[in-house]
Amino acid sequence: MTERISYPRLGEEVTRRVLPSGLPVYVVRKPGFSRKYALFAVHYGGMDVSYEHEGRSFTMPAGIAHYLEHKTFDTADGNAMQTLAQNGAEPNAFTSNSITAYYFDCTDRFIENLRELLSFVTVPYFTGASVEKEQGIIAREIRMIEDSPDWIVYRNMMRLLYPDSSVSIPVAGSEESIRTITAETLYACHRAFYRPDNMCLVVVGDVEESEVFAAAEEIVVPQAKSKLRRRYEIGAPAQKFQRVSCTGEVSRPQFLLGVRVSGETCETRISLRESLIGSIAAELLMGQTSPLYHRLYDAGLIDESFECGYEEILPGTAYVYAGGESSDPEAVRRAVEEEAYRMGTESVDGAYFRRIHRAMFGIMLKDLNSFEDIALDLVDGCFYGYDALQIPEAFDAITLQDVQAFIHDHICQAPSVLSVMEPKEETIYEDHD
Amino acid sequence: MNFCVETEVMTVTPELKEIMPEVYLTCCEDHKFKTGLLSAQIITPLQRDTASACALLPSVLQRGTVRYPDMEQIGAVLDEMYGAGLKVMVRKRGEALCVGFGIDFVDDALLGRQEKLLERCAAFLGELFLQPVTRGGRFLNEYVESEKENLIHAIAGLRNDKREWADLRLIREMCREEPYGVDRWGDEASVRKLNRRTLYEEYRRLLGGSRMELFYSGSAPVQTVEDAVRDAFAPLPRGAVPPLPPIVRRSAPEEPRYLTETMDVEQSRLAAGFRCESRDTPALVIANLLFGGSGNSKLFRNVREEKSLCYYISSAFVRSKSIMTLCAGIDSDAKDRVLDAAAGEWAAICRGEIEDWEMTAAKKGAVSYLRSLGDSQGATENYYIGQAATGLSEKPEELAQSLLEVSQERVMAAAETVKLDTVYFLQGGDPQ
Repeated sequence: MTERISYPRLGEEVTRRVLPSGLPVYVVRKPGFSRKYALFAVHYGGMDVSYEHEGRSFTMPAGIAHYLEHKTFDTADGNAMQTLAQNGAEPNAFTSNSITAYYFDCTDRFIENLRELLSFVTVPYFTGASVEKEQGIIAREIRMIEDSPDWIVYRNMMRLLYPDSSVSIPVAGSEESIRTITAETLYACHRAFYRPDNMCLVVVGDVEESEVFAAAEEIVVPQAKSKLRRRYEIGAPAQKFQRVSCTGEVSRPQFLLGVRVSGETCETRISLRESLIGSIAAELLMGQTSPLYHRLYDAGLIDESFECGYEEILPGTAYVYAGGESSDPEAVRRAVEEEAYRMGTESVDGAYFRRIHRAMFGIMLKDLNSFEDIALDLVDGCFYGYDALQIPEAFDAITLQDVQAFIHDHICQAPSVLSVMEPKEETIYEDHD
Repeated sequence: MNFCVETEVMTVTPELKEIMPEVYLTCCEDHKFKTGLLSAQIITPLQRDTASACALLPSVLQRGTVRYPDMEQIGAVLDEMYGAGLKVMVRKRGEALCVGFGIDFVDDALLGRQEKLLERCAAFLGELFLQPVTRGGRFLNEYVESEKENLIHAIAGLRNDKREWADLRLIREMCREEPYGVDRWGDEASVRKLNRRTLYEEYRRLLGGSRMELFYSGSAPVQTVEDAVRDAFAPLPRGAVPPLPPIVRRSAPEEPRYLTETMDVEQSRLAAGFRCESRDTPALVIANLLFGGSGNSKLFRNVREEKSLCYYISSAFVRSKSIMTLCAGIDSDAKDRVLDAAAGEWAAICRGEIEDWEMTAAKKGAVSYLRSLGDSQGATENYYIGQAATGLSEKPEELAQSLLEVSQERVMAAAETVKLDTVYFLQGGDPQ
């Protein structure tokens, strides 16, 4: 059955159909655009290392979802990446904590490219030799990530926020963990997770819906039902403030401050309302147009690299963060915590809240320019059971009291963690003549 | 040879108008976006002694206007305009600097015209340029000093991204006697020398004596846009505007220069710069795409994938300067092998060892890129500002057509004229 869902306040219309194989397909028509974009996502990511499938229990090495993503491009005829590229498409893929996604962009011969995408992702082809060869490439990628200060600071924060937890497993794994990956383990993961009812296809662009559905129905064939259960370790939050520092090739200290939001861990559903409240709270507290941001900026404690937000990794597993470069991350932390305390316990100017509310609404509308964002929103909504495009309605219903309660109940109560990378001595730059 | 590549590019043809002396408006009326984008850029020659002042200027201007004298009030007005996004822009295009602002905002068509965000954003841009908060005919000292610190940090921070750092070091060295060798932000010492008086003088000079480029993309018709920006920029002083100096083109030295620097990083970076003597630009664009300018390229397939000699490798062609650069992430002992392998791939292009599919893929990729430029307001703006700064007026569809006409013989002839100029090697491994 095909559903047409209209979102007049966003100026969008989405056509949705669940195919006989169980694969949900979304098409977002974009008349006037030359570009066509397809995203084929699997509800499977870096933290899905431990699971039960068809009555058997599996514990896979860290990094296997990402490894599988690399090898999925191999086909019996060669490499799908090159086939698509030779056809004028720009293919790529990524693996996050919870999702593996394959996508391409093209202006020409879209359906041909879509068929290639659907086929190479659903038909695995691994050989012992090619899996072994990939180890060197992925080990290099891991070393390359290790050179990135952003990554190190983030990883260190996650380790403190979620010690011994599935969500702090590095998506790419480690050089040691990936050594044990073989063609057999990759096939096992493909069988368990790359199933039509555990995947989602989104197409954005000026395309014919019927052609998309027909191609997907032909290529993605139904599979025998099988039972899959994921096992996540989330772990208890820390009881007091923690800090981790390291040194690296940065010109001045780089930091990330995080507070774990202890929500009800609900297994499968994300609440759009809750995540919007979290995002508005972060903006209200320390966003680019907040009084706190300007105080810190004027005091030279932060600069334009400063960013903050609310991140939901799993339903009920979320954190609020702030970070960037600063000569004194500790002072930034104190200021953020004081401001959160003030906002959580004293009154907040209603006009200020309305201003931030309006701005964030506008920013979300603007983000809909991005084909990637729309596609990822729909995938997220599909995997976690919410309608991601009901933003205006969800926004309208959020009040200052909701946001203050969030700040009070979550940001003020939980101990924060601070991850800092200090410059190595030889890279300290003098601040005077 | 017949390549089945469609040439239909961009459905929206922009209108270009000189709305005041040396103030040009490029207007793309387009109804498919959620946003409007407005940008205002001063185009000025890239010079060692003025680059830092030019780069600092928009950062100081965005600190406050007469009406919104501090960042908090600026932030509030942006919030009120449904989260309009103001961006300070400092771009180096050829041997010109483009400095100014871009602002993107929810398209009025989505909110209902009564919000008049286009007019409000245009007026706001005008105020940023023309009514900065001043004291005694100078900028505020605290704004200038704090933005100087930010810029100095940003310059120091260029080392953080090793890939970009290697590219930057290469260009600095290779073009050290040309304006192109100057970084877009200038250098730390020049930033330190600036004060609120000298910066203000530079501001007045730039405002009156530079070409200004305005760009709009969104649902409003040209006349509405023109009215809005005319009102906003009416007080812009206009003096004599000297033309941009011609872009310097040089030949490679007899012997290439080799430089090595060390840094304590896992991965070493290799950057190489080439001079292209040929004036057949479309052929050079294609040659670069075949060499390392795409995921289908010879460097990617043969040097990275097949020989596994590097973490990444790619090449880029700077059209305005007729320079090609190569960059790669490699192990510290692989430098010579990678250079040899890259030279081998280039020699293959010169000999015409180009498969039909490679040629088709290169052209398709380029045409596809040019076709989808119109799908992004930011990319369209960047294209037209780049054209204005480098004295070009070619539309994307014309460029696409010229690329489709390139033959293998032309690629070979153009590739033959490309000579290695400088190699910069950022060697990893603990220096101690």
